[in-house]
Amino acid sequence: MKKAAPFLVLALVLAWVASTLRAPRNPAAYDIQGFGRLPVLVNGRLKPLDTVARSSLLQLQGRQTVTTPDGRRLQPIEWLLDVTFRPAKADTYQHFEIVNPDVLAIFDLRTSDGQGEKRFSLRQLEPKIAELQRQAKLADQVESAVRTPFQRGVLQIYGNLVHYQRLRHAFVSPGRPDFLGELLQFQDQVKAGVEAVRAKQAGQPHDEAAAKAMTDIGERFVVMAESTTFLVVPPDAGNPDLTAWKSAGAALLETFRVGTVNPAALAYAGFAHSWYGEKPEQFNKLVELFRADLSKRFEAKLRKCDLETRFNAAQPFYTSSVLYALAFFVALFSWLIWPSLLGRSAFWIITVAWVAATAGIACRMWLEGRPPVTNLYSSALFVGWGAVGLCLLLEAIYRNAIGSVAAGAIGFSTLVIAHHLSLSGDTMEMMRAVLDSNFWLATHVVVITAGYSATFLAGFLGIIYVLRGLFTRGLDRPTADALTRMTYGITCFATLFNFVGTILGGIWADQSWGRFWGWDPKENGALIIVLWNAIMLHARWGGIVRQRGFMALAIGGNIVTSWSWFGTNMLGVGLHSYGFTDAAFMALSSFVASQLVLIALANVPLRLWRSGPAGA
Amino acid sequence: MNDVTRQFRDFFTSLTLTVVLLVLGMVLVFAATLDQVNLGIWAVQEKYFRSFFVLARFGDIPVPVFPGGYFIGGLLLINLIASHVYRFKATLRQLGIQLAHAGLILLLIGELLTGILQDDFSMRLSQEEPRNYSESFRENELAIVDTTDPKHDEVVAIPESIAARGETIQHPKLPFRVITRLYYPNSLIRNREAGTPASPAAIKATKGIGMNVDLTPLPITYKQDERNLPGAFVELVGSEGIIGTWMISADPRMPPQRFDYGGRNYTIALRFTRAYKDYTLTLLKFSHDKYSGTEIPKNFSSRIRLQTPGGADDREVLIYMNNPLRYAGYTFYQASFEPGNDKVTILQVVRNPSWLIPYIACSLMTLGLLWQFTIHLLGFIAKRRRPIPAVA
Repeated sequence: MKKAAPFLVLALVLAWVASTLRAPRNPAAYDIQGFGRLPVLVNGRLKPLDTVARSSLLQLQGRQTVTTPDGRRLQPIEWLLDVTFRPAKADTYQHFEIVNPDVLAIFDLRTSDGQGEKRFSLRQLEPKIAELQRQAKLADQVESAVRTPFQRGVLQIYGNLVHYQRLRHAFVSPGRPDFLGELLQFQDQVKAGVEAVRAKQAGQPHDEAAAKAMTDIGERFVVMAESTTFLVVPPDAGNPDLTAWKSAGAALLETFRVGTVNPAALAYAGFAHSWYGEKPEQFNKLVELFRADLSKRFEAKLRKCDLETRFNAAQPFYTSSVLYALAFFVALFSWLIWPSLLGRSAFWIITVAWVAATAGIACRMWLEGRPPVTNLYSSALFVGWGAVGLCLLLEAIYRNAIGSVAAGAIGFSTLVIAHHLSLSGDTMEMMRAVLDSNFWLATHVVVITAGYSATFLAGFLGIIYVLRGLFTRGLDRPTADALTRMTYGITCFATLFNFVGTILGGIWADQSWGRFWGWDPKENGALIIVLWNAIMLHARWGGIVRQRGFMALAIGGNIVTSWSWFGTNMLGVGLHSYGFTDAAFMALSSFVASQLVLIALANVPLRLWRSGPAGA
Repeated sequence: MNDVTRQFRDFFTSLTLTVVLLVLGMVLVFAATLDQVNLGIWAVQEKYFRSFFVLARFGDIPVPVFPGGYFIGGLLLINLIASHVYRFKATLRQLGIQLAHAGLILLLIGELLTGILQDDFSMRLSQEEPRNYSESFRENELAIVDTTDPKHDEVVAIPESIAARGETIQHPKLPFRVITRLYYPNSLIRNREAGTPASPAAIKATKGIGMNVDLTPLPITYKQDERNLPGAFVELVGSEGIIGTWMISADPRMPPQRFDYGGRNYTIALRFTRAYKDYTLTLLKFSHDKYSGTEIPKNFSSRIRLQTPGGADDREVLIYMNNPLRYAGYTFYQASFEPGNDKVTILQVVRNPSWLIPYIACSLMTLGLLWQFTIHLLGFIAKRRRPIPAVA
């Protein structure tokens, strides 16, 4: 029984993971999943509407679910359909997160007015938009690095409202329930109307009503085109440039020139009509026809969008973060009772979580056509992935649950970091020209990120050593020695990878800019990690530190690595400062402080250690 | 060996010294990174890395507060070489460490050479305008050019550091003396509105543009994206007395100012220090692609014609991101552009004769580390194979 139990756990975990992979179902008669798979070009990338909906929600409110005032829970794509096609309704949804009380004061709102005490609807914000605009203008003049939390909060909510506005103007003219009818009528009259306008301009007799109808609808198209950055209409049939997508507004404006309404723009008006008028058969038929039309030219892209939608729904990183957390506790308990049963179970849970994360990363790589690390978000995924991979190796060798505890903690925390980094929008962004080199992304970036993984792992093993030694009796001599050997081995690995990664960065710089080293903050950060690794190894070889001192140094590695990873981006100078994140500064400071406390704890006199002098 | 020599030897070969130096180096790099926000990347390199001591100014007195890059790097080099010589054993076990440290020695020397030998210039090319020089990012020069011969200009360039001193400069090629009467390391030029009197500065321009332009001093800037534009009043004194006083400024809006003296034509200007090449580059086309519907740059590229006067080279080259032109010991890479002006490209021009050293050094170090850690790993595996008491 005891032998079988871990496999039972494995089976349960696998079953749960499998359940997350099921295709999401349509909650009602509408084929909203099919609609969510339709591609649009946003921020230079062709992505499914489902992704647009999810990343918009993350940006607006930090989570992907919306609860309507009448208590229904909406899927992200349902929410997007309401925002774009039923704006009057969506304006009552509380999906704008405001946490800064001073920002809330602009709107005369209290936390108790908000859903979850922090989410508000457009209806609630609307009365004070003018004041917000004034504040945003003031805040915008301040250099971003020195803005106060209030100013940052103002700009954030302002930016979110702009984003919302862009969504509303992406497909149809908002607030026109019968936009489809207007378009069809417009198509019939456009020829005569244009002539009337021309005649009017030339001062000749003309049909005043027809001319006015043209200018009215034309103005609405202009507003649409100018209010959005979402390119939802595919390139014209004969256009060989398949990235030449355009906004619905721009496509509609072309009607004046070509005489017929762009079929894709018309299709979206049709979606609006059937969603607003609650005609599911019409809606589903449109999804089918529109997709069939797109597949003539975008077959491969559509397949990517399908996969991306499934990827979004499965949320492999969420799955694996839950499993990491679970495994962490199971492994921790294995030090108290049933070491073999719980230890093995934890190992299997970690393995499944790691495989899920691997699949997630692989999926992102295929979608982007890029190596695994392209931005700060993906570096967080990869640091966790690399560290957990090393932990699995350690656990396979030592079987003492130390690897599992470390894996659970590092895997979970890196995924939490990744989640927070994802709140700024789509995580698969296009690469800026200077970084656009798959070769160097695949070598320099991947190697250095693996170096980060190893340094963090060594640091975490140090933490386990200190906490177990100081607060429990669990750190006996063999465990202490095993931990030290693990840390030492990982540090060697870290030294090699950090060094080689840094060097590869230098070679990239030399190949691209004719200089090997420029003392850029990120380069310096990498150098500091290499120096720190060298200090650890030399201090140990020279007998300057022994077991405990070495572990304290390993914890110090966490500080220098987090500095290089995030701290340097906060300086805002140099070639590498592409990933600035506002709120991260506090998080980084508290992390550094916590590590300093742990280093201090490592130096508590041995007689106060509950494990006694084992860890000398 | 007497006690003193032994102490010397023990000091310079000790691992403690290594660790102390590494820690100092780390602190130095960290402090330098933070100070980049104030000083910018170039000033930081001079202050922290290309110096023996980091100097802090208390009032006007520079006080060394921390060992600089040359100090730490130099001691580390001595420490490395001494330990190498002293502990050297030709064994396979030691080979990894030997290689890694030999590589490190080379790397340190390479960085020293780079610091001394590397040049870094900028080259702004306008479409269809051949150019045969690059310009310094930071340094300026006072240039007096004899333009009498239409085919050939005779250039006398006085480095800013000398011109700023205010001493009388007598150059053999110039029939007059040059005296800088007033010098601002950073300044602003502004057209004087008609009718308003000249600024109440003690020195006034008596010739050239400066009679209608005001020059005001500005604080020195350390920002990464700004450069100091010095301005000066320069007096030229011939054998019969003062020729005149000119206001000059490194601001590119101020053109060279013409004057005649002794039957010859001259221009005088303060300009970015130029490095002339014996070939010309001409921008044919600059392209700046963005991702559809965004402002995210996708690619910058410059198609350029490269010509040598003798005609040995006359070809078109394409410079784009991650693909520089390497020619005659220089690397030209796409550095920047002027927003809204696609007829101009800005290249960065780097000369680094010691570029190969880091490659060799790093290969040695990588091999060394790999060797060393593989031996560790193999030893560890061999140890695991032996039966050991179960780990709790």
